[in-house]
Amino acid sequence: MTSWWPAAVLAFTLTAGYAAAWWHRPRTLPGWSPWRTGAWLLGTGLAAAAISPALGAAAHHDPRFHMAQHLLLGMYAPLALVLAAPMTLVLGSLPRTAQHGLTGLLRSRPVPVLTHPVSAAVLNTGGMFLLYLTPLYGLSITYSGVHWLMLAHFLLAGWLYAWAIAGPDPAPGRPGMRTRLAVLITAGGAHAFLAKMLFANAHRFTVHAAHSSHHGVPSGEFGPAVDTGVAPIAQQNAATMETAAQWMYYGGDIAEMLLAIMLFDWWLRRRRRLHRSVRPPRARPAGSG
Amino acid sequence: MTEPDPRRSVLAGLVIGVGMMAAVDEILFHQILAWHHFYDRSTPEVALLSDGLLHSAELVMLIAGGYLLVDLARRRRLHRASAVGGFLLGAGAFQLFDGLINHKVLRVHQVRYDVEHLLPYDAAWVSAGIVMLAVGILLTARAGRTVGTRRP
Repeated sequence: MTSWWPAAVLAFTLTAGYAAAWWHRPRTLPGWSPWRTGAWLLGTGLAAAAISPALGAAAHHDPRFHMAQHLLLGMYAPLALVLAAPMTLVLGSLPRTAQHGLTGLLRSRPVPVLTHPVSAAVLNTGGMFLLYLTPLYGLSITYSGVHWLMLAHFLLAGWLYAWAIAGPDPAPGRPGMRTRLAVLITAGGAHAFLAKMLFANAHRFTVHAAHSSHHGVPSGEFGPAVDTGVAPIAQQNAATMETAAQWMYYGGDIAEMLLAIMLFDWWLRRRRRLHRSVRPPRARPAGSG
Repeated sequence: MTEPDPRRSVLAGLVIGVGMMAAVDEILFHQILAWHHFYDRSTPEVALLSDGLLHSAELVMLIAGGYLLVDLARRRRLHRASAVGGFLLGAGAFQLFDGLINHKVLRVHQVRYDVEHLLPYDAAWVSAGIVMLAVGILLTARAGRTVGTRRP
């Protein structure tokens, strides 16, 4: 869990992929805004920082840093990555045949179902409920495979959710403003509820994690923690878990407001465009009549 | 050519009013004065869930109201008096809802914990809401009338 490799591979893959698409973009694609590229680099940096060995090691011992990982990887990095409109860039840069193939794939049955805001929210916020209200969190501390799966889920589900709510990329069959707002409010409410549940059950939670670790801790993984036979998290008092829950609550607030700003920004732009195209025909009959 | 749109202006003000009052409650009373806490350990789970949903809606309303206002201003259809009236309507309604439903019916939390008599605090909380609501109704009605008379 304390290797540079995952962070380095993630940063390299994301940067190189975007750079390749940017390099191959045709002249017909209008000038690609440096803000989009900047957003991609920011998102990549946040995601890499979240799984860096420094934060990873701290998160292993302290739920507050685990929560920081969740916020960075599952909430803030996805916002920036979505703002970078990678799908627009990739679709624009592919050769014609590949373009048709990708659009066909995006329109095929499972994709619109998976990328619907409701399913994205269930995968994202629902995944958090599953993690904290089942023994899964304890397992993620004990087994590094579960730990990495959890981190991958944070990033992918958070990315899918941010994209489904306020992605600038075109998405076939994406529902309108009302559905997206309803999902945003419900998912935000569920996130706030879960944070308070964690706060309320902070004490039970740490005991629970300790209990699950009694079933075979792989030797040598945790150093001194193995000697006591208790998972590192159980050595923390409930106060750290309470602080972590508050980070989750207020960190989630900021992410929700940023996502709402992205959504309404899209709404305002679309409205301006609609208004411009609607106004002239409306003015004519008024003048003549 | 562009007429003010009092109905939409009231809506924009109202939505911001609710969001702003909730933000004041959160920042001033929870964080700065620390009169009430993050969680007081006596709230039932259902109330906690409804509180979470309400909190989430307030955050989105703060942003939504801002964008509604920008949209109206850009199209030169903002009616200021209606928006101010709407703001007070929203703020007052939220304060009243918070004081009666959240504090007393759902018992999410109380205004203050370290005092012997809670009644003066509840009374101040609720009457502040009633005053804002009343002024809001008055302003909105008057703004509606002035727009009505200006119309050809």
